[in-house]
Amino acid sequence: MAAQIPIVDYLVLGDQPHLTAHECTSCGARYFDRRNACANCSGTDFRHVNIATDGEVRAFTIVTFAAPGVKVPFVSSIVDFDGTSARGNIINVEPTPEHISLGMKVKLATYSLGTDDTGTEAIGFGFEPINN
Amino acid sequence: MSDDVWILGIYMTKFGKYPDRDTVDLASEAALAALADGGVTMKDMGVLAAGCLMGGGGIAQQIQKQIGQTGIPAFNVSNACATGATALRTAIMAIKAGEADFGLAVGVEKLAGAGLLGAGGRPKSDKNEWTPSGRYGAVASTDGRIGTDSMPGVFAQVGMEYGHKYGGTSFELFAKISEKNHSHSTLNPKAAYQKKMTLEEIMGDMMIAYPNTRPMCSANCDGAAAAVVVSDAKLKTLSLEQQRRAIKVSASILTSDPWQEACQVLPDVNTLTKVAAKQAYEKAGIGPSDLDLVELHDCFATAELVHYDNLGLCEEGGAAAFFESGATWRDGTTPVNVSGGLESKGHPIAATGIANIWEVCHHLRGEAGDRQIEGAKVGLAHVIGLGSACGVHILEKSSFG
Ligand SMILES: [Zn+2]
Repeated sequence: MAAQIPIVDYLVLGDQPHLTAHECTSCGARYFDRRNACANCSGTDFRHVNIATDGEVRAFTIVTFAAPGVKVPFVSSIVDFDGTSARGNIINVEPTPEHISLGMKVKLATYSLGTDDTGTEAIGFGFEPINN
Repeated sequence: MSDDVWILGIYMTKFGKYPDRDTVDLASEAALAALADGGVTMKDMGVLAAGCLMGGGGIAQQIQKQIGQTGIPAFNVSNACATGATALRTAIMAIKAGEADFGLAVGVEKLAGAGLLGAGGRPKSDKNEWTPSGRYGAVASTDGRIGTDSMPGVFAQVGMEYGHKYGGTSFELFAKISEKNHSHSTLNPKAAYQKKMTLEEIMGDMMIAYPNTRPMCSANCDGAAAAVVVSDAKLKTLSLEQQRRAIKVSASILTSDPWQEACQVLPDVNTLTKVAAKQAYEKAGIGPSDLDLVELHDCFATAELVHYDNLGLCEEGGAAAFFESGATWRDGTTPVNVSGGLESKGHPIAATGIANIWEVCHHLRGEAGDRQIEGAKVGLAHVIGLGSACGVHILEKSSFG
């Protein structure tokens, strides 16, 4: 099997792809980016936590006009995964207001971004409707 | 003697397209007109603060080199869409600190013809190899792949999030807010656009990021605004006419966004506005029901809605019903954006946070002509710069003379 690389380092690939976060050991605040310290309590000690893969859409927009090089239309969303919010596209759905709703249940899904010259395949993620 | 600070002179250029004038031209026009409006000159100023977000820095000294190099301290400020309010706040702080009697604040921007703001991919590398970079270790541009970076999209989500939490929102409701602001702008000769638009025209226009169509987005344009502020003690030595036209700064607040769950996923424009509003009302000793008019940061129609709630103009969760009641139209109980707002008056970024104060002052002085809110005595001006910074100023009519 060819090597794979996730689109971002907080996407964990494997049999059960999921998102991972840095959780502040003092206050529990969670972050997806590389941290210097906690924005909530300034603590500097973090542990890795796995984020739930089933969630609920808290906000979305259907982007039909974007910067050059960004493929439209796409659905951007903010999803609540059991108390942790993540950002991502809603995928495997018609990008129209009739097909997407606030409160909709979604789950993490992955897809290929293509293979580079070294044979490595990049894997992206999105959120797809459950019971689609 | 009190530590009150007053707006002595204020001015905004007409917003629009100025292909033959640069930012220094526009800023100089606004600064000189604000000085003349206050009956003072550059020689009186003890401090200058200025901003031009897209200008690359040094705008304060560039202005000085055109209108007066008097050697005073010059602060170049940058705070996204709150840059103008930050310049004003800087000048006010200098006066409150007793470092100056008079201060000048200027904001200017040239944006006519600029495209989408906030978004953009990473430059393509020649070598075709996935390489992680940045704080997320991204191997490809995330805009469009992991949600949106575009301003219309981010603020669409802000409005949708409010709808999810409290209900009552719809594409049509957001479009009606835009209909109001475009209607208001027909009375404002300084607005970039003064064209009334029907609800059908707004909803049928080009969709940018659902539910924001093009007329529901702030209008990119050129413009500048400037304000002269003065200490209470100094104002009392000036003419009765200057004292009569002076507008009291009852509160000048600047906040940044406190940490909240999700704030690094979707910018939280609510908490810092709520905090700024609360501080401003306490400082001014007035409440939202005392406001005769409000200019708030309607960078998108979806943003205006949430700020009704954030500024306490309605009860928590009641923004949609508050708007539907007609309260925020110019003949309503709390007129909002009678200037036409950012959607129609326009949004030359760094000028916006002073231009909205000019609008409020204009009404408090009884000089707003056709769009005068009769008997206006108290007003509030609000801006949000994503990142985030929030400026709230409460202004009151002078009780002198
Ligand atoms: Zn912490």
